[in-house]
Amino acid sequence: MMDFGFKLSKSATIDLDRAGTERYEKLCALSPDARTCMACGSCSATCTAASFSGMSVRKVILGLQRGQDVRPLLSACMLCGKCTLVCPRGINTRRLILNLSKSYD
Amino acid sequence: MIDRIPSGFHPFVLPFLAGMIFVLSYCVYGIIKILVQLPGEDRRRFYLSLVTPKTVLKNIRDIFCDCLFHVKLWKRNRLLGYMHSSIAFGWFMLIVLGHVEVILFLPHRIRLFYYPIFFNYFVAETDSTIQGSLLFFLMDFFLLVVLSGIVLAMVKRVRSRLFGMRRTARPSLTNQIGLYCLWAIFPLRLLAESFTAHISGGSFLTVPANWVFRQFLGNDLNMLPTWWAYSIVLGVFMVVLPFSRYMHIPAEMMLIPMRNAGLKIRNARKGFARVQVYSCPNCGVCIDACPMSVNKANIKDCTVYLTRQLRRGNERRITEISDKCLLCGKCQAVCQVGVDGPGIRILNRAERNYALKPDYSSIDGTAIGRASAGGRVAYYGGCMTQLVPSIGRSVTSLLEKAGIDYRWIDRDGGICCGRPMWTAGRLKEAEEIVRKNEELIRATGAVTLVVSCPICYRMFRESYHLPDIEVVHYVPYIQALIAEGKLQVEHDDICYAYHDPCELGRGCQLYEEPRQLLSQVVRLSEAEKNRAESVCCGGSLGSLSLSFAQRENMTRAALENLYHSKADAIATACPLCQATFSRYADRPVRDIAEIVDLHAKANKQNKQAI
Repeated sequence: MMDFGFKLSKSATIDLDRAGTERYEKLCALSPDARTCMACGSCSATCTAASFSGMSVRKVILGLQRGQDVRPLLSACMLCGKCTLVCPRGINTRRLILNLSKSYD
Repeated sequence: MIDRIPSGFHPFVLPFLAGMIFVLSYCVYGIIKILVQLPGEDRRRFYLSLVTPKTVLKNIRDIFCDCLFHVKLWKRNRLLGYMHSSIAFGWFMLIVLGHVEVILFLPHRIRLFYYPIFFNYFVAETDSTIQGSLLFFLMDFFLLVVLSGIVLAMVKRVRSRLFGMRRTARPSLTNQIGLYCLWAIFPLRLLAESFTAHISGGSFLTVPANWVFRQFLGNDLNMLPTWWAYSIVLGVFMVVLPFSRYMHIPAEMMLIPMRNAGLKIRNARKGFARVQVYSCPNCGVCIDACPMSVNKANIKDCTVYLTRQLRRGNERRITEISDKCLLCGKCQAVCQVGVDGPGIRILNRAERNYALKPDYSSIDGTAIGRASAGGRVAYYGGCMTQLVPSIGRSVTSLLEKAGIDYRWIDRDGGICCGRPMWTAGRLKEAEEIVRKNEELIRATGAVTLVVSCPICYRMFRESYHLPDIEVVHYVPYIQALIAEGKLQVEHDDICYAYHDPCELGRGCQLYEEPRQLLSQVVRLSEAEKNRAESVCCGGSLGSLSLSFAQRENMTRAALENLYHSKADAIATACPLCQATFSRYADRPVRDIAEIVDLHAKANKQNKQAI
């Protein structure tokens, strides 16, 4: 096949009508502060695990809201707590991640 | 001295006997249960320590100093120390002297183990010897000592501040019963011995009291109710002992040899942890010490309440208390028994099951390490240093000024040291991170690893296996550079108050080095509470559930403690403390590395070398 320098990518459409948000709701019940995330990306900028699994709490919360599987993101999280310290909304992200890890059963 | 009662028995000893048999069998059962719960390796180690003369001597010394003389409490507050040691040592001496009396005067009765306790009831004085009077004098003297302790204990219940304690633990029901029994035992003993003093003999306390009582209660039959009361109160005390805080008396005698044997808590609820929980005397010294206690709502999250809930098996509260703690370790530092509150909490966190386990297999530690190979010295800033870049800049600037061939191995991100994962109770995952990091550090080929974050430093010291690499915190490292003349520093007149970070001070015992280094460049003044009693900044990653709002009061309280020194600025040696303090402090907060870097210049020879 000829290389044009670009290619067709897979559709990135997210059908929010079909997305299952049960896990997000479950998480919000345990860590209500998840709802206050404004997706500023401070956590993405500081995350130690970002370079290994693309982890960031922003992506995790966004993924859950869209009903996506966020387990690959979480797999390299080392719970170092930098995201907690930089979060302008004061979200206890470490607790959020622990609660989420517990909810997969 | 002759036997007054030929049979050597009277029914009033029965309550005491029942209580004593109950408590002894409970203790024997407890000891066997705990020994069975210990892992095999620990059990062997414990037994071995019991036949090692050096450890045995240390055990005896510690039991005398800690359980009887309460040396640590004396150092905290003399009144508090006197109160505890007078009751403990006085009671111990009464028991010992009771036995001496029986051995000297009625050796054939020594098999009846209530005899030393109720000696005065069973004997009649026939002649008086110096030996006998001396013993009677000593008995009365130690009874007086105990009584003075009891009076102080009563005063402490209403005015604990006199004893240096702002708050004390709320007594539970069994603790209250035990307490009132303990208060009643010795006045009743005085009464009982006084009623019989004209028959059995006595000394400066019991003889005059006897004379007073006989003025209006002349009949000898009056002595029996007091002996009955004395025995009943002793019996009740013995029966509630295993269910109250007084269990700490036998438990501590088990805790000390176990600790000296070098045992570590391996299970949150069994074995050594159980001994620690039962050794908590519920004194409540940890309440004032706990940084969380500035919030009234968090007072019940201190270690004294953790041990209580662990004994009750209240799972909801155990989880809550375990998760909330900052793990600053101050409760352990001030505890006269040395209950490992943080250790117990971490293992209780570890009891939880997480369905989703992280997978670090894709991380190639060796490759990351090779990318920054080359220097003899590797500098590991850690995650927290990345959030406070000025520290990393200062440390590397100092290394450059000293002409050190170094590499900053995690400048562009690396692997976490694993301590945050460890404190969250996910021990296996933390081990995995540690293994990855070991690979990384070995691949750099460095011989010295300089660390600027105390959290990482503690983890490196406790959990890493890097046999050919020397791991140092930058404070002693820079000190050495100055001593070797590779760095020259100037002294300035600015006054700094040094804040001991929990992990560096209580965690790694580095108290004096930071002070020595700081005083080479600036003036130093001490905070109100310093060194082992330094107050946590409130930013600790140890807590899983404290919110930012709850932490604010703690940070402000820690700052007040530092402002007490009237210093111009605050110095610390932990990026997390600096970040936390900077949020609320009214004066500059700087890391030691920054301060030293401001005052350091390179040696000329170093410049040529570069």
